[in-house]
Amino acid sequence: MHSAKSIFGAGLWRNNPGLVQLLGLCPLLAVTSTLVNGLGLGLATLLTLLVSNALVSASRGWLRPEIRIPVFVLIIASTVTAIELIMNAWFYGLYKVLGIFVPLIVTNCTIVARAEMFASRQPLAWAILDGLAMGIGFTLVLVVLGAVRELLGQGTLFVGAALLFGTTAQHWTISFSNDYPGFLLALLPPGAFFAFALLVAARNWLDNAFTERRTAPVADAGP
Amino acid sequence: MAFIAALDPRVKHTRNVSSIMCDVILALLPGTALYVWWFGFGVLVQICLAIVTALVCEAIVCGLRRKPMRQTLGDLSAIVTAWLLALCIPSLAPWWLIVSGTAFAVVLVKHAYGGLGTNIFNPAMAGYAALLISFPVPMTQWPGGDAATLDLAACLAVIGANTTALDGLTAATALDYAKTQLLLERGFDAMRGEPVFGTLASNGWEWIAVGHLGGGLWLLWRGVIRWQIPAAMLAALLLSALLFHLLDAQRYASPLFHLFAGATVLGAFFIATDPVTAATSPRGRLVFATGIGALVYVIRTWGGYPDGVAFAVLVMNMAAPAIDYFAAPRVLGTGSGQS
Repeated sequence: MHSAKSIFGAGLWRNNPGLVQLLGLCPLLAVTSTLVNGLGLGLATLLTLLVSNALVSASRGWLRPEIRIPVFVLIIASTVTAIELIMNAWFYGLYKVLGIFVPLIVTNCTIVARAEMFASRQPLAWAILDGLAMGIGFTLVLVVLGAVRELLGQGTLFVGAALLFGTTAQHWTISFSNDYPGFLLALLPPGAFFAFALLVAARNWLDNAFTERRTAPVADAGP
Repeated sequence: MAFIAALDPRVKHTRNVSSIMCDVILALLPGTALYVWWFGFGVLVQICLAIVTALVCEAIVCGLRRKPMRQTLGDLSAIVTAWLLALCIPSLAPWWLIVSGTAFAVVLVKHAYGGLGTNIFNPAMAGYAALLISFPVPMTQWPGGDAATLDLAACLAVIGANTTALDGLTAATALDYAKTQLLLERGFDAMRGEPVFGTLASNGWEWIAVGHLGGGLWLLWRGVIRWQIPAAMLAALLLSALLFHLLDAQRYASPLFHLFAGATVLGAFFIATDPVTAATSPRGRLVFATGIGALVYVIRTWGGYPDGVAFAVLVMNMAAPAIDYFAAPRVLGTGSGQS
């Protein structure tokens, strides 16, 4: 019924949680002012999805349907609390930068949506794979959005990489121009909406182009 | 989807978009000429840069959208947008400012919403707001009287250099100056007679406003714009100014100052009257423009920015569909008429 390829195709492109399902937009728009912030929150969300999908799928056999949603919420909240403590311990700088958005992963609709729509109806292996695929899809959107906004807004990439990768990453910052005036709008909330809308448009445009190319020969060979 | 808008067969149509836009460009000429007279050739360079950027962007977007290029480029609306935006930014600002602002206005504000006729926001004002928010320093370095001494080559050098250091060529506008002095607890009596206020309101800028007033009245006479929007916007602004000026002439500027300083006249006749983004019913236009006038006064007097025409227009653009909904004329034979 499922295959690893179809699950990854859905998570990364066909049913991408950010660009197609348009879920979890609040953190998506709020923290993507730099690439590293986006990557940090993306990885935290990925880990949450992975663990919560696994736990939901493993416990699906003895959950009564009437109380499934509160149990999902409990599982997700415990997972996020654990991840928040881990980040507090080992990635303190990033934890401070992301602030309220780490505990708010609990409210990310993507996670409860995957628990309800997929993990609670599928065996453990598929649920873990789905969590991985959706998490990577969400992380990629956060990273691309953060990169575009950082590049437009301040003309750099990888600012603050040390927050995530330790002191060895201090020199990773790439600065493209010394007197770049800084397009402040890209860093402000309206810039997040503009950049995200353009990303969705670009994805739809590419998707249409692929579909056209795939269907064109069939149409030529018609009856 | 093919949607053909049929014209009313009983109305004789002699105007099309390009002839209206051509009139608007002609009406902008006196104000632009006075701008050159007072502040030098910089503004002409900005207008040329803006027009070239607007046409290139429009051509690229038309190619991407597979739209007929001759029709879209030929309606001159992109040139009017570019021209208005160029008049609104400081005339010696670096070249990338007007280029990025015009590209933003044409690509995102106009075409991403469907092109001329379906854009919600006034492209020139949205471009201006984006620039003002993104680049506050170069966007507030207004040319002073010394800028008029530069010849064309010197203007090109200043605009082409990627720098914002323009010492000696810039000066505060009257709105700016009054705002900072009021913060320092100096009243209008103490400021009276200072050169920045010129004869009417604002040295140099007041005559540009008079030029735009002439052009705007000519547009009214030609029937390109209707009286409701300029009249209601100016009335709302001037009446608010008069009320507060009578209450406390020290802290609130006179109506004359509000009329001839900043972008009041340009906004009332050329920007708020944009047929696409304004309300369209006669009563709706009155409400729409009254809102703009009142908001301009509020932003100028109590807001963080010295002038507020762009923000006021954008806010009322958002309200225009709702205004039209409530102010639509009653169709004959429907609703609760008298009798």
